[in-house]
Amino acid sequence: MVDVKGFVIDNPNEGVFRVHRSAMTSPEILQMEQERVFNKCWLYLCHESEVDNPGDYRRRNVAGRPLFFVRGVDGKVRVFLNTCTHRGALICRRDQGNADVLQCFYHAWTFNNHGELIGVPDEAGYGKGFKRAEMGLKSPPRVESYRGFIFISFNPDVEDLVTYLAGAKDYIDLVVDQAQEGMRMISGSNRYFIKANWKLLVENSLDGYHVKPTHKTYFEYVTSLGVNTGAVQTAFSRPARALGNGHAVEEHDGIRGRPVARWSPLFGEETKEEIARIRARLVQKFGEERTRLMADVSRNLLVYPNLMIIDSIDITVRIFWPITPELMEVTAWQLAPRGEKDELLARRLDNFLTFHGPGGFATPDDVEAIESCQAGYKAEGVQWSELSRGMHREAIAEDELQLRAFWRQWYGHMLGLWKVDTNDPVVRERSVLAS
Amino acid sequence: MPDVRPGGKDHIAPTLREAVEDFLYQEAALLDQWRLDEWLALFTADGRYVVPTTDLPEGDPKKELVFIDDDMARLRARVERLKSRHGHREYPWSRTRRFITNIRIKLEGHDVLVTSSFLVYRFRMEDSSPYVGWYEHRLKQVDTELKIHKKRAVLDMEALREHGAVSIIL
Repeated sequence: MVDVKGFVIDNPNEGVFRVHRSAMTSPEILQMEQERVFNKCWLYLCHESEVDNPGDYRRRNVAGRPLFFVRGVDGKVRVFLNTCTHRGALICRRDQGNADVLQCFYHAWTFNNHGELIGVPDEAGYGKGFKRAEMGLKSPPRVESYRGFIFISFNPDVEDLVTYLAGAKDYIDLVVDQAQEGMRMISGSNRYFIKANWKLLVENSLDGYHVKPTHKTYFEYVTSLGVNTGAVQTAFSRPARALGNGHAVEEHDGIRGRPVARWSPLFGEETKEEIARIRARLVQKFGEERTRLMADVSRNLLVYPNLMIIDSIDITVRIFWPITPELMEVTAWQLAPRGEKDELLARRLDNFLTFHGPGGFATPDDVEAIESCQAGYKAEGVQWSELSRGMHREAIAEDELQLRAFWRQWYGHMLGLWKVDTNDPVVRERSVLAS
Repeated sequence: MPDVRPGGKDHIAPTLREAVEDFLYQEAALLDQWRLDEWLALFTADGRYVVPTTDLPEGDPKKELVFIDDDMARLRARVERLKSRHGHREYPWSRTRRFITNIRIKLEGHDVLVTSSFLVYRFRMEDSSPYVGWYEHRLKQVDTELKIHKKRAVLDMEALREHGAVSIIL
């Protein structure tokens, strides 16, 4: 254990917010994060649509632990530790599939898709101490879902998921409410590794300040398509928000079309009517203001510690795990309304490919940027990263309040605290005055 | 002196296999040498370049997530980006070397369908990353030349582990 006291300097009166760079390089810090962050919080596992049919299963690692989830014949999604209760072998050895029973290949113990042990070869070989009913597959201590997003926690005492989500819950609603028949995860995922500390992707994903300089070639491309990108100069002036428990959101005005529900000439005349119909449905159900928030405003939402829901020209769900202090694994998926018409789905996928993903026109440069930060830390002589932007004012998307919200929660967890106030004092005082 | 120019008296017309192999090697050389505008000229006007994700090699870009699905407009934009000093992942350019082997050729109507195995090494910033997989080239004969109508680069890796991105053209 290292003494992390003083790793974050948070002094609003002086306008100083700094993070010690060893937070991104130290193996001891990563070990503490495993215990104090990843073993304590709710962690995103999957979307329920990934196992739509009874028997559908997928395996996935969460915080380095092999898990799998399966929809039982009763329709319920269950999550299991991917290890045989006998001697430990992985039960689920394919990335995905469909099965009524799951058999461990080592000694052929067989489990049904509810996790019950239903077959043990030569069971008579065991004595009375062997209780088959107690040898079912084990689940993580807590499994809960919110509107299709399934989370697990290795902390049996963690608060319920909705309480944990705090203000992030409303933003998940803004995403899911876009769909009439619920959301589904599109097949195909982006799985890539970045040679950087995982927290740098939290920063990058919430950071409105880097968008214009880093992604110049993206905006040049979009301009070449005929989109007026002049609006991007002011797009990042919406207030940034800390949402409690380390969650945060960076919102900005969309400059491109989106299938729900903002038509753009790039989408072609043939989609105009359908998008207008979707927009009218949203207005009828949620009113003008909320529809505008859904269709015209984009947002990058962090569900602390490591889930990003990027609700912009597409809906990207991105999760990332530390492998070492200087290496992370990223997986990203695309969420879309069930039943979305083919031509709108095609535009959605197109939007994703231009910006997001390892082959996009922007994400590779984000990878480069944070790998570059990690490489720069080796210079050592500069000990602190500077994150005070906008601390003296009501912070906007181009400021760093949303990054500070993450860091304040992280620092609290590392000090062994559970609840901390993650907002900037300026915003706290304003909201007190307003009430 | 033998006249081996095309049409010359000593010229031996290459077989289809030789023509296809030459074409693939020439394409690889243009990419390795970052002669990207010349590479673009290998495509037909309605050409397409697709790279599926590592978990869904059969991915259909119309309804599933892929890494890259470029029509010619986007492919040109990709090349412009790679030539810009603001395309940060490839500025400065990486060093690459493409190896192509196991070439198989099938005629489909007027199209020449070519599958091959590839190994593309990328070196940059003290790191190396190998992209391993197979190509499907759908070639068309335009005038006397072969052109790429569709190129699909399917990766065999389970993830972009050392790569971080598909920032080069495969």
